[in-house]
Amino acid sequence: MDTFGALAQGLMVALQPMNLVFAFFGVMLGTAVGVLPGIGPALTVALLLPITFKLDPAGSLIMFAGIYYGGMYGGSTASILLNTPGESSSIVTALEGNKMARAGRGGPALATAAIGSFVAGTIATIGLALIAPTVVDIAISFGPEDYFALMILAFTTVSAAFGSSVTRGLTSLFIGLSLGLVGIDLQSGQARVSFGVPDLLDGVEVTTLAVALFAIGETLSVAAAGARAEEVIEPVRGSVFMNKEDWKRSWWPWIRGTFLGFPIGAMPAGGAEIPTFLSYALEKRLCKKPDEFGNGAIEGVAGPEAANNAAAAGVLVPLLTLGLPTSATAAIMLAGFQQYGMNPGPLLFATNPDLVWGLIASLFIANIMLLILNLPLVGMWVKLLAIPRPWLYGGILVFATLGTLGANPSLVELGMLLIFGLLGYVLRRYDYPIAPVVVGLILGPLAEQQLRRALAISVGDPLVLFQSPVALTLYTLAALALFGPLLFYLITGRKAPVGGDED
Amino acid sequence: MSDPTPLSSGSKPDKARFVIALALAVLAAVIGWEAWRLAQIPSYSAVGPAAFPTLIAIGLGLLAIANAVEAMKGVEEERPHDEIRPIFWVLAGLVGQIVLLPFAGFSIATGWLFAATAKGFGRGPIWAHFLAGAAICFVIYLIFAKGLQLSLPAGPIERLI
Repeated sequence: MDTFGALAQGLMVALQPMNLVFAFFGVMLGTAVGVLPGIGPALTVALLLPITFKLDPAGSLIMFAGIYYGGMYGGSTASILLNTPGESSSIVTALEGNKMARAGRGGPALATAAIGSFVAGTIATIGLALIAPTVVDIAISFGPEDYFALMILAFTTVSAAFGSSVTRGLTSLFIGLSLGLVGIDLQSGQARVSFGVPDLLDGVEVTTLAVALFAIGETLSVAAAGARAEEVIEPVRGSVFMNKEDWKRSWWPWIRGTFLGFPIGAMPAGGAEIPTFLSYALEKRLCKKPDEFGNGAIEGVAGPEAANNAAAAGVLVPLLTLGLPTSATAAIMLAGFQQYGMNPGPLLFATNPDLVWGLIASLFIANIMLLILNLPLVGMWVKLLAIPRPWLYGGILVFATLGTLGANPSLVELGMLLIFGLLGYVLRRYDYPIAPVVVGLILGPLAEQQLRRALAISVGDPLVLFQSPVALTLYTLAALALFGPLLFYLITGRKAPVGGDED
Repeated sequence: MSDPTPLSSGSKPDKARFVIALALAVLAAVIGWEAWRLAQIPSYSAVGPAAFPTLIAIGLGLLAIANAVEAMKGVEEERPHDEIRPIFWVLAGLVGQIVLLPFAGFSIATGWLFAATAKGFGRGPIWAHFLAGAAICFVIYLIFAKGLQLSLPAGPIERLI
């Protein structure tokens, strides 16, 4: 089936009234959690997993994608008005956006972020629809050793892209991989790292780990910061509409941001932060009024916001075509697929075309909804920022424990939530990234499965891992991701830019 | 693999990261021992259940060394002081919820969690937040346990309906 036929079919699925409701609910929720500090799309999807277990798979996944896109829109609102990025990929937006808000130009800043997100999201989703079938065609010929190499690449890029040093990223990843070992080994039936505790035989729940690391860990570190984390909300003054000059200055940064964000997001290179940094640097260099940078240049909001949304769509390419999550939200969406007994990957395009293409088509609809929700209704979202923090974080913990109890009503599960929450606090406190832990837990068992499959075919000869050209290419890329920052430092004498990620 | 900034290269070793390195070494030992135990069990496949844990244990061991080396380079950046009291309150909320849940039910236990967290963030009085929290949690219980059929622990209040 050609791409456009498939997409048209998908549009029919996405336009079903029930799925429209799911998409709307998703983007509303996504925007809300994006605006609110302390909760992001990864946590929200994780909390919804147990609740959506009994719902229709297509609808739930459309809702999750809506939350993911919505979180990207909402994150920009928080960074512009609060100077506290709601999402890590909005850090750069806060630089210029908050300066604009202080100068009374908060309206145009929000508008360029929202319209830029729409332009980027739409172009990048077209990119996703065009590229996905090609990647599927290539991926269908991958053997288990290639998949194993692909996962090694995902491990290294996720560890190298997040956090302040590669050692820290890898440390987080290996904590996640260790947690992935817990439970019964499916091939031999042996219990591993469970110490005779029956509750551990099923392994560590993704929901529990994600909720603990994101919700409990974040709450503990914000609480510990005490009065040091006081914030000032900038009111939106003036018109939310951009004038002619704003449009002229935003247009190219949107396009450039999109073409930076989408490929980097799609390349199993981990997350949406790097393209936002690159876009900011690029716009700063190209801007005709460079002295405005640092004092509220609209290009510095338009470019990174577009890059961030384009990367979010890009991340869906490896997720849907290869089953390879490269951000925490994507990892939890993978868990979402798994709860319905589906595995994203080339086969999903053949077995569930309606679902995959419905999901892709719903992204266009989500984008339109988000533009409408975000521009005229921005005042409503800003009110969310006024919720007193004691109530906000109290509520976050109530829902965190509710989600965990919903997945598995056991006290051991709550105890694990507490322990992983403390782990999340320690990781944050000492600057270790969170996302690789979640990715390690989800991808670790899959990597082991592919490794053992490859070695079973070769009757135990480990050389099989290095014989396929695809695998060798992927290992080269993985090595580059690990040692790239070091090379960058040796060549330029400057530290490579890295993002600190949560979602 | 991180680069020491000129300011900190002469400072004293980072104690916290030494503790983290030690914890990683312990984890490596636990998983290595587990891998050794699994390797003793006869397996019929080319690669048994011990292979992957062995790799992870080796990785953890290397990372313990890497973290210790980075800790030797000294504190990279002065960390702001963290307050203990709010952490204590949030933890008290979570532990209290686990203790209360089996006999007091979802609403009371989670109401306590809400009140203790709010207290940790500096908002009292605790009894008012407890009452409000328990009332809200009862509504949540109705929605999720009755509407969405999640099995949440019931206590005296929940059994009234």
